[in-house]
Formats: sequence, C-alpha cells, structure tokens
Amino acid sequence: MNTVQGARRIVVVGNGMVGARFAEETARLDPLGERVHVTVVGAEHHPAYNRVLLSGMVAGDYTADQIRLPVPDTPGVTVRTGLAAVSLDTAGRTVTLDDGTALEYDELVLATGARAAFPPVTGVSAPDGAPGEGVCALRDLDDCRRLLALVRPGAPVVVLGGGVLGLEAARGLQSRGARVSVVESSPWIMRRQIDRPAADILRRRYDALGVRVHSWRVASRWIPGTGLELDDGRVLPGDALVVTAGVRGNIELAKDAGIEVEHGILVDDTLATSDARVHAVGDCAQHPGGGAGLVQPGWEQAGVLARRLTGIEPQALYSGSRPVTRLKAEGIELTAFGEVHTDDNDEDLETLTVSDPHGGRYAKLVVREDRLVGSVLLGFPEAAATLSQLHDTGAPVPADRLALLQGAVPAPVGQEAGAQAAPVVCRCNAVTRDDLEQAWLDGARTRETIAAATRATTGCGGCVRDVNALLSGWDDKSPVG
Amino acid sequence: MTTTHCPYCALQCAMSLEPGPDGRPAARPAPFPTNRGGLCRKGWTSAEVLGVPDRLTRPLLRKDRTEDLVEVDWDTALDHVAERLLALRAEHGPDAVAVFGSGGLTNEKSYTLGKFARLALGTSQIDYNGRFCMSSAAAAGNKAFGLDRGMPFPLTDVGSSKVVLLAGANPAETMPPMMGHLSAPRLIVIDPRRSATAQVALDNGGLHLAPRPGTDLALALGLSHLMGARGWIDRDYLEERTTGFERAWEHAAAWWPEITEQVTGVPAVALREAADMLGAAAREHSAYILTGRGSEQHAKGTDTVSAWINLALALGLPGREGSGYGCITGQGNGQGGREHGQKADQLPGYRRIDDPAARAHVASVWGVDPDTLPGPGRSAFELLDSLGEGGGPRAMLLFGSNPVVSAPDSSRIRSRLNSLDLLVTADFVLSETAALGDVVLPVAQWAEESGTMTNLEGRVLRRNRALPPPEGVRTDLEVLAALAVRLGQPADRFPTEPDTVLAELGRATAGAPADYSGVTPERLASGEALYWPVRAGAEPTPRLFLDAFAHPDGRARLVPVAHRPPAEVTDEAYPLIATTGRLMGHYQSGAQTRRVPELAGAEPEVYVEVHPDTAAHAGLGEGDLAAVTSRRGVTRARVRLTPTARLDTVFLPFHYAGEQAANNLTNPALDPTSRMPEFKVSAVRLEPAR
Repeated sequence: MNTVQGARRIVVVGNGMVGARFAEETARLDPLGERVHVTVVGAEHHPAYNRVLLSGMVAGDYTADQIRLPVPDTPGVTVRTGLAAVSLDTAGRTVTLDDGTALEYDELVLATGARAAFPPVTGVSAPDGAPGEGVCALRDLDDCRRLLALVRPGAPVVVLGGGVLGLEAARGLQSRGARVSVVESSPWIMRRQIDRPAADILRRRYDALGVRVHSWRVASRWIPGTGLELDDGRVLPGDALVVTAGVRGNIELAKDAGIEVEHGILVDDTLATSDARVHAVGDCAQHPGGGAGLVQPGWEQAGVLARRLTGIEPQALYSGSRPVTRLKAEGIELTAFGEVHTDDNDEDLETLTVSDPHGGRYAKLVVREDRLVGSVLLGFPEAAATLSQLHDTGAPVPADRLALLQGAVPAPVGQEAGAQAAPVVCRCNAVTRDDLEQAWLDGARTRETIAAATRATTGCGGCVRDVNALLSGWDDKSPVG
Repeated sequence: MTTTHCPYCALQCAMSLEPGPDGRPAARPAPFPTNRGGLCRKGWTSAEVLGVPDRLTRPLLRKDRTEDLVEVDWDTALDHVAERLLALRAEHGPDAVAVFGSGGLTNEKSYTLGKFARLALGTSQIDYNGRFCMSSAAAAGNKAFGLDRGMPFPLTDVGSSKVVLLAGANPAETMPPMMGHLSAPRLIVIDPRRSATAQVALDNGGLHLAPRPGTDLALALGLSHLMGARGWIDRDYLEERTTGFERAWEHAAAWWPEITEQVTGVPAVALREAADMLGAAAREHSAYILTGRGSEQHAKGTDTVSAWINLALALGLPGREGSGYGCITGQGNGQGGREHGQKADQLPGYRRIDDPAARAHVASVWGVDPDTLPGPGRSAFELLDSLGEGGGPRAMLLFGSNPVVSAPDSSRIRSRLNSLDLLVTADFVLSETAALGDVVLPVAQWAEESGTMTNLEGRVLRRNRALPPPEGVRTDLEVLAALAVRLGQPADRFPTEPDTVLAELGRATAGAPADYSGVTPERLASGEALYWPVRAGAEPTPRLFLDAFAHPDGRARLVPVAHRPPAEVTDEAYPLIATTGRLMGHYQSGAQTRRVPELAGAEPEVYVEVHPDTAAHAGLGEGDLAAVTSRRGVTRARVRLTPTARLDTVFLPFHYAGEQAANNLTNPALDPTSRMPEFKVSAVRLEPAR
C-alpha cells in the first residue's frame, strides 16, 4: 500500500452502499490520496453492489454484474472484502478483523448497516439463529441467490412483511411466475409511509395482479414444504418464505466498545458517536433527524462525513434528510414522503385528498404555510416527480394543487401570459397570417411565390403544411372576404 | 451575384448576395445540403449588417484611459500598438502580451492568429471564445473517439433515422434550418425548458424530458442504467469496438429510475419511455444522440458529454452508418476555430503544443527552431481573469469577440480588461468590449473578404467576397501582417491573401488529425464536399470511424463518470436557478444582430422567462420589470410568464449588454478538463426591480 506520508488513516467498517459511497466521495475530494488514506473492510466477499436493486434482481431485471458499484482506483483508497471486524479498541484506536489482524486508525467510520429481523415465529429461524428450511431474507446478494433457487414458476411463495421491500419482492416474484401472498401484522401495508386509504387502493392493485395481501394478521408457524400458518388458523401455501419484516442495526461492534447506542449507534450533526474519533453513517446510525432504512440519507451522511474528514469542508454538518419513499414495482407508481398521518383537526394544515379506487389512484397532499410537508401519490407519476422536488427544496406549492396532480401547473388567477399578437404561422421568420394574406392579395398564389414574398417556410420548414393549407383554402377567393 | 455562406452559426447556410431594390446587397437562400434552400430570419437580414450606420472606418486611439477615443490614421495606430507591445515585452517578458480569438474567425485567420502569437509575440497566452461553447464536447469526443469532429457524419444522415435524442440542444431556435433534417425522426429532447425544439418533439410523437438544471449527467446515467435493465445494450459492439464498458457501467448502476427521478425531477415513467424509444431505434441501428451547449456549459460539462457518449456507445451507435453521436457546434467556425492553433494548448491541425513531433513539424513549416515556440498557456476565462493581475498579461489583442457580454461574471471581466496597460481590439463596430480599448482597429467583415469555414459536420467550405470593405477598413490578416513587421518579423512570414494562407495551413496540418492538406481553392470552388481529414490528392472523409476509432487500438473508450451537484446550489437567499441561452433573432453577444432593426425590433430587450406561480410568489406579473440577482450581480429583465416552465428555474437570453446582461449573473466555476464556465446554473432570487 502506497500511503502518502502524512495522510490520515481512515478505516471504514462496512462495504455496503453507504461505506462504498463514503470511499467514492473521499476519492473524488482527494483524488491523489494526499489528505487521507481510506481502508474499507467488508464482510461480504463481493465488491460493493447496489442493494436497492436486489428486488429488481428478483424480478429478473438485473444480473449480479449489473448492480456492482464503482470501486475508487485512487491511491488513497484500499478496499478489502471478505473481512469482518470483530472488535474495536477505542483507546488504542485499532479494529481487529476476523483474520486476526488489526488496523490502526486516526478516524473510524462505522457503516455496518443492518440485518433482517426474523420474527419469533416457530420454524422461521433455527435455534442457532440461521434461517429455517425454505426461509430467506432479502438483504444481500447471497439471500437473493438463495431465494431465486427456491422459487420455481407457478410455485407458491409467502412474503412475511408488507413494507416497501416486501411489496417490491412480491411484485418481482409475481412477475417471475410465482403465486405470492403477503402477510402484514400492521393494520395496513406500508404502515409507516402511507395512510390507510392509500394502502387499501394499493392492496387492490396487488390483488389485481394476483398477489393476495393479508393485513393485520400475525404468522404463527412456518411449516416447511407446506406454508405459513396464520393466527386465524389459515395456512397460506408456500414453497418458500421471504422475511421482510424489518431490520435491526448492526450495532454490536460499537456497543461492545462502550459507544452509546439505542436501537442504532447514536450520532450528532457531525456524525460523530460518543467517541469523537468514531463516526457512524447509514442504517447502523441513529441521528435525531431519523431516516434510517433508506439509502438517500445514508448517502447524504457519507457525503458530509467525507467533506469533514478530508478537511475539504471541516465544518460540514448533517442536519437530517427529507427522504422520499418510492416503491419499485413494475406498473405501480407510488411515492410517499413527509408527514402523512395527519390530524384532521390541525388547523395549520391544509390537506388535499383525491381517491380514485376504480382507477387505482390516490393522492394526498399535506401543506403547511404554503410548503409541502407530506404526500402520498399512487398513480400520479408526473406529479410525484415535481412534488418530491418541491418537498426537497422547500419551495412554495403552486396555488392550483389539483392541477398540479394532473402534471400541469397553470397560471394562477391574474397571472395569465400576455395576449398573443396576430398568430404567427412561420416562427423562424416571424410571418403572421396577416402577412400571408397580404402577399396573397398582392398576387402570390403558390408556396414558392409566398415564400419569396414573405420568407415563410424557408426556416425550419415546419410550417409548410400550414401555408399549403391556407393557400388551398383561399383558392381564388379573397382570404379576407 | 455572389454565392457564399451565412455570417452566423455553424450550420453555415448557403446564400446568394445580390443588390436589392435599394442597390444595397441583400441575402437570399441558396441550395446546400445543410440548409436545403432555407434561411432563418438572421440569415435573411444578414446583409444589413454590411451597412450598419455606426460602422468603424478609421482606427481609434486614446493614450489615456480617461480620454475619449479619437480617430487616427493606420500608421499612427499600428506604430503605437507595436511600440507599446515591445516596451511591455521588454519590461515583463513575452507572456505579458495576450491574444484572444474567436470561433467566428475563418480558418485562415485562426491559423494566422495562433502563428502571430507564437512567433511575432512569442507568447503562450492565447485562447479564444470557443472555450465558452464547444470545448467540453471537444474534450469528451477526444477522450472517447481519439478525435473531435463535432458531427463525424453528414447532417443529412440524421434525417433518415428513427429517433434522435437532443441533449441540451435547441436547434429550432438557434439554427432553424437544421430542423428540416429532424422532421421525420421522433425526437427526445432533454431541456429544462419547453423550448421550441421540445415542442416540436411533443407535436411529432416524441418526448420532452425537463431535468432540473445541473442534473443532466444524472439523467444520462439514469438512461444508461435503464438500457441495461431493459436489455437494449449492444454487447457484441461493446466487445468488438470499445473498451471500458464495465467500469463506466458501475457508475450507472447507482442511478436506478426512481433515484434519477428524485435528483432530476424527470418522472421514472418518462425515463422508461425514453429508454425504450431510443433503445428500440438503436437496435435497428437507426438512432442518433446529439448534444449542445446545455450539456456542455457546466463545471462538469465534459463528464456530462462523456455520459451521453457512453450511452451512445452502449447502444452501439457511433462508427456505423445510419447511427451515431455528434456535437452540434454553435459558432460559425466553431469547428475550424478549435483546430488551427488559437487554443492555448494547440498547434494547427488539432496538434498538441506539448507534443515534440507536432512542434517540430509546425516549426519547420514556419521556418523557425521548435525550441522557440512557447508552451501551453492559460485557457479563456483564466486568461481574462488574470489580466493586469500580479503575474498576468499587461496587454491584450482581441479579435472577433465580445467577452464583456459573452463571458461569465461580466463585471469581473470588465474590471480585468480595464486593468490592462493596453487593450487593442479589432472589430467592425464599437462593441461593448471594443469600447473599452485603447486602440480600436476597424476591420472587414464576412462578405467583404474571403476565407474558409468548417461547418458543424467538419465540412470545409468557402465564403466568397461579395463586395470590397469600406474605404479605410483593413482585413484581420492585413492587420496582423502590418503588426508582425513592426514587431520585427520578416514581411513574407504573414501573408495577407487568404488562399496563400490556406496553402500554408495545408502544409502545417499535413499528417495531423485535422488534415487540410487536400483543401484547395479549386476543390472548394468545384463544390466538392470536403469533410476533413482531406489529405492532398485524396478523397475527403464524410463519415469517420466506420472501420476504426482514432485511438491507437482502434477502439472507442467509455470514460467512467459520476454525477455531482452544480458548483452553486440554491438556498434560502437564492432559491431559484437561472439558466441562460439563445434566441432565434440574435447571435451570441448581439453585437451584429442588435444592429439589424428587424431583429432588434422583434426582441428589443432582455426578458426573464418564469412560471406564473413563481412570478406570483415574487410579486411579479406579465411585463413587469424584475431584478434577477445572483451572488455576482443583477440583471434587470422584463417578466415573460411561461406556464410550461419549471417552478424552480428561470431563463434569460444572454445577447444583451449592460444591466440587461444575463452574464451579470453567471458563475465562472470552470470544468476541470475543458475549462468551460458554468453558464447554465446560477442560484438567483427574483424580485420586482426598483
């Protein structure tokens, strides 16, 4: 390893999407490795890949090769895969790896991510914590490969957990030809991100695809080879069970080293933990602004921390994100963000709701003081793009919110554009209909003579048809008569 | 009657000049493949520029900046210039004198200007305004293909394809006759605005994707991502004709449609539709990707163009008949102007000034020792920004350019030019920049002299002289020759006859990437379509890369590129993005077109295009006078309400001067490779003007 003399040593534990992004950002900010030397260690044997697209792999849209993420090839970054960190000594500033070696650091970045939480249901996990027979999570590439090996076209599959990942996996499995059921223990699917009316319409959309959704039902037993037994005694047939019932942050390394943790590793706006030289980003981190579970806040944290630790912007702060949840399920356009479980009696809030169960569409906009504070959009793909950017930038919401949902934003009352002058036929040469009439009255009867007299049709040529139509309409009559 | 080509853009429409009813010359369209007998309103009215009332016909001089310019004779002016240049050189060294050129100059002038700088002045400090428009695409094209010819195929090829993607290009506004080639294909237009071209796309069954300004690199990566996910990638082509796909692809892997939507504001459904439309046409080898200034004028413009080229390569478009990638060059001689040595790092023929073999060849043609040639100098904005500073040049000679209007951060440029010991400008009217000069030299324009231009397809063509220049006016070549002699150069080293210069340019470029050695007056006069390279006695090259790309291994290279935010992001104080561009009725800084009554009358003043809702929040209505303010300056512009505009983006055309100059706002953050400024993204606020 060619470490530049004087470069500070940063060790990153975790080569997932956020750890890899931190390395990439560092490489961009410090391309010659003059400021820092970054060593990334990842427990998986694969190079970093885009975990978000695992459900797309299930759907058959991607191969493993297609979701690989870039590895910086700058002298300041070293990536070591297939190595797990087993212990952390904050006093000695060393991380010990599972091959027995240790890495010294000046700054440590924990990007250990999260793992699937397996609910305490008989048969779902073996006594040693490993998945039971026919059971599979969907957190990493190995899970994905195992799942694809379990699923045959026409075979029944049960998805346990009707959150974003579960619904994406269900859509992907269904498009591969599996018969899919989804079980959700909350009153409705995507309970955290969307309101109940939206969930009802979303459930109907899945129903139409042949995916059965069972909300507010608790699993009682996984019977390998048969299926999943529910609390009401029904058994949903399943050759495989996909567990997408939430995640648990990988916080043990920090916790064992005496760093403060709750459900995640506690960090402040500088992304430092209770130990100033140890930082945490992504799903393992717990920031007061929330946001774990989506990649976008983790990437923003990686960017901020890279600017801090390279000294490019040592005062950079992470003050929380405005994450957007976007369901990736073919044919279903669902976007949700911000506060959507609002109190109808809150007088500071204006809520616009459009429900179209027949069309499979639903929209809810929550506005406070002209700013969008939350939204659910099912089946409004054009509006979703505009609205999520309004939310992101905090720009004011246009006056006509209903029109906004239709993808067009008309002028507010009193703000119409100026009256058009005489209609222009040939834009390139600013020739109006009046000009053409005058030329006709002056004797021009063919497109060629009209062109010679007015220049119409000689620019882009787009008005040839219009000019011909006018000429044939006028024929030998007076155009104005 | 004289048949020639238009004085404005790189389409170089053919036209005839003949006396009109009033006896003054008038332009009429002439048949030619690029304009197919058409002209836009700029072309139709171009001859009026020949007779503008404020034409300069006598040199102007002031020995003290506080005094007015006064008319002097040529010897007085040139003697003064030479004397001052020699004194500054003696005191501060040869790099104390800088030269600034233009993509509007003929090949012969570009060539002579570069030679004049290196030999007569001995300075490395020469660059040109093409840095503001085509250098990002040039850099990306060189990286990918080993050669930069804007369109490596005739424009007429495009017309028979099924789909054309236009990224940051608005030809319906900026070069209307080009649209004749785009009427049959379906168009996918990438532009933050519902431009005239975007409207044509929608009217003809195509698509308009309107990304937030500064996110088009993410959009290109997002489309590349979808090509992989939806199976449109041409694996055999990548295997046989390219290198670097795997690494470039990894950057696209992070841009799935939904995240691309969040960053760009383009709906994922629209991305999928565009990917399938383009992918299906590419499968039939019947698609083109063309980029314009909207892709280029960013602090990441080179990478953005690389991302579009990567997409074209992934689809197997370049180097095949019927499909391809091209850059739509803007300035009249933007192509030839970037080939013949007025760039800081370049010698004629697209040779590199740091290449010993190139130096030896050119030095032998010029009859000098290669060691006497200076090395690379500063790029355009850096050059302008260094003027009069500690180590920067103390004098500048400026030809065919108006940077006070066209460069970013106008007030800074103005103060830098004012800090010079000597500013010499050559122009035909007293443009905003010429007016700052200590010496203003009245020179011939367009139809008053002949010379060659290289159009957007890389076709060399000849502009013919239609009439003599007014009494007292000299050509740029005559000015350079007269100065060179006064600076101690042999008289025969700087010929003034364009054909003599062309012959020498041919020898200097023989064997170079842009080889003009076969371009002769006779072949030009015959109407032969001389696409370069055209070697002496050989056939021209209408289509490059059909057998191999220009890298030594014959393969095209995909360059891994990553998206990053623009140099300036919006915040509470500057919540909107201003983006700049062009109008049909004006050309560049407007020095010519603002003097044509018909054009000036149609668009007499700058406007700001703004969404009605955004305007309402700013307390503005249609026709109100707005102050648009960035961290660098203010532009006062008339509000034009545009319901198709993005809520977060305002647009201003940049053809106007003074407090109407859009470049009062723009950010001079430079692309690290092309050194092009970020004209397309400035954070601004909008309020009523007081």
